[in-house]
Amino acid sequence: MTTTAEKPPATEVGVLGWLKKNLFSTWYDALLTIGSLAFIYWVLRGVIEWALVKATFSTEPGICKKARAAAAAAGETAGACWSVVITNIKVFMIGRYPGEEVWRIWASLGIVAVLAALTWWVWRAEAMREKRRWVVIGWLLSFPVITILLRGFSEESRVLPLVPTDLWSGLLLTFVLAIVGIVASFPLGVLLALGRRSTLPALKVFCTMYIELIRGVPLISVLFMSQLLLPIFLPPQMRLGTVLRALVGMTLFSAAYSAENVRGGLAAIPIGQYEAAKAVGLNDVLMMALIILPQAIQKVIPAIVGQFISLFKDTSLVVIIGLLDLLGVAKAVTGQTEYIGLQKEVYLFAALIYFICSYAMSYSSRRLEVAMGVGER
Amino acid sequence: MTPSSSTYAVERHGAVPFWRDIRVIRVIAQIVFVIVVLAIGAWLLDNYRNWLAERNLTFSFRFLRLEASFDLAEGIPFKPTDSYARAFLVGVVNTLRVASVGIVLATLLGLVAGVARLSRNWLVSHIASVYIELIRNTPLLVQLFFLYFAVILKLPKLKTGDEITAITLPGPTYLSNRGLAMPWPRPSESFGAWWPFILAALVVALVLWILRARGVQRTGRPSFNFLWIVVAFLVIPAVGWLIVPGSPLVLDVPVIKGLKARGGTILSPEFVALTLGLVVYTGAFIAEVVRAGILAVPKGQTEAARAQGFTEMQILRLIVLPQALRVIIPPLISQYLNLTKNSSLAIGIGFLDLYAVSNTMLNQSGRVVEVFLMIMAAYLSMSLSISLIMNIVNRRIQIVER
Repeated sequence: MTTTAEKPPATEVGVLGWLKKNLFSTWYDALLTIGSLAFIYWVLRGVIEWALVKATFSTEPGICKKARAAAAAAGETAGACWSVVITNIKVFMIGRYPGEEVWRIWASLGIVAVLAALTWWVWRAEAMREKRRWVVIGWLLSFPVITILLRGFSEESRVLPLVPTDLWSGLLLTFVLAIVGIVASFPLGVLLALGRRSTLPALKVFCTMYIELIRGVPLISVLFMSQLLLPIFLPPQMRLGTVLRALVGMTLFSAAYSAENVRGGLAAIPIGQYEAAKAVGLNDVLMMALIILPQAIQKVIPAIVGQFISLFKDTSLVVIIGLLDLLGVAKAVTGQTEYIGLQKEVYLFAALIYFICSYAMSYSSRRLEVAMGVGER
Repeated sequence: MTPSSSTYAVERHGAVPFWRDIRVIRVIAQIVFVIVVLAIGAWLLDNYRNWLAERNLTFSFRFLRLEASFDLAEGIPFKPTDSYARAFLVGVVNTLRVASVGIVLATLLGLVAGVARLSRNWLVSHIASVYIELIRNTPLLVQLFFLYFAVILKLPKLKTGDEITAITLPGPTYLSNRGLAMPWPRPSESFGAWWPFILAALVVALVLWILRARGVQRTGRPSFNFLWIVVAFLVIPAVGWLIVPGSPLVLDVPVIKGLKARGGTILSPEFVALTLGLVVYTGAFIAEVVRAGILAVPKGQTEAARAQGFTEMQILRLIVLPQALRVIIPPLISQYLNLTKNSSLAIGIGFLDLYAVSNTMLNQSGRVVEVFLMIMAAYLSMSLSISLIMNIVNRRIQIVER
């Protein structure tokens, strides 16, 4: 006699099975599902109707007012008017950066893209290990090169006329603030972290106080310090522009957080590494530079990426001290009389750009973590 | 005579020149460091002194007693003839209002969203994760601008002509571009006779709690149900309510008079926008903290509890939550701190918090350094007190290692 295995009931496999397991496993689960469906329908219907169905995409001047008047006459709510975003897209991206010099931004992006491609290519193949050093040097060099490219030499220069940092605005400024903030704060953070772990009491107390002080106050008060207190505490001949002062504030603030990240990495290095380094006769400086720091820094790369993402979002605070970053430009656009009442469109667009950038960064950092095997032992 | 090993060591030691003696180097390094720091500090202070001299100013906090001569329309009463010190106090109180309401609501939202994120219901967990990702990946200030300029200020007017156009919820609660007006209980004359009953209820509940804990310690099982404590806590004030003539708390209902709402509690549009923004933002972060905490409890714990016959509610209350809390509390503290610090973004939407008031004080008085020191001191003391309280809580719930 042969026994044939009975097929599982239709409600346990396939689409029905999935539905039953994930949406209707109990009576309150079914209630939740129905409630959620109603919620999604309500939200999506409202958003789609406003942003697409009833929206105006034409860039004809004054179209928004007409559309709104028509909607009001018909007794309906008006849809979105995207002309404000479409006409101002360049303003959002580069703000007041002079139009004829835009090629410099493209060139800088090109340098970054080439370097990124090289890095990916060299790091993929084990045979290219020797060449990694050159890529790192390339990245380090790109920093001054791009700075000169964006800023230029002097007003008379024919090749690269000066674009004062105070003209840097829009998404460009957002990225400059975030990148300079993280890059410049990193060495400072390493020093602070080493200082905090030092056995010299004077050093330790100073570094701990700095880190805890900065971490205990909001970023906006540090930016405020950089705007108002720097001119007071520096001699009159050392005047910095608004953007540079904001950069100083960002760096000082970010250094405290970098320091805590690096300290976390240092704490994760087993004591055997220190002892082995001493045993082969390295002095303290060489031990740190060659053995401990490289391992510690590799361990904290994900944390630093996380810090970069939050710094990228935090750059929006410079609006409060009057800088025109992406959000600052957005706010300025909503203040123009022809775009009055279009705050929803403008701020949603700004939020979308921030979201795309930071979601892309956090997504790729998660991929990177998996690829590097961080967190696996 | 051959030297013994110890004299040899001493001689060797004596041969080390002092600049290679690690103890000397340590001292010298510290002295050099302190001198450098002091020198930089002195240089900065010197520049400051020059700046002061140019303007005929001196560093002092005496300006705090002067008349502020600006108006603050938020929080505790303030009139332009009040002092700068009082203005600063208004700011501090407003920050504390936002932070305390925000912390409570954000914790609730975070708890719900975190548990929803782990729900076995596919839709619920995905709605929660869309919320978390959207909020975590956009800057708080953009959210606040959107909430304030594009949502709250675009709400209908309180009154158009003679007709009430505000969004009216039962209560009545009016939501308009003037903010939120809602009913609020206010103590009446007989409140003085009633509050001793609340005190008595607290004392009785506390005594019962201790008795119950003793019972658990002595016999291993509670001497009576926890419900009795709740009953005692509720019944005593209720009895008091009946005994006291009149009702000790009256529900104060907002009434629209002229163009304004009066009575009840009226929350300004700035307060509503800031609190809502902070709650939604921090809630998303707390949700992740809660999720990580619950996931950190090994599955074996739940299974073992189920095998021993605990009910699902008991498993959550007695097995999962106490262990998850240990993981949750430390990052939760830093989220509370972040919320408090982030409340300084109030200035972007014109809410008069500590930072915004200080900014006005500074523009009015020109006392940049003094006001800056006051801002730092205020935020640091808030940060320190939150971490102090939460550290005490944390110590209570951590595993006592034996």
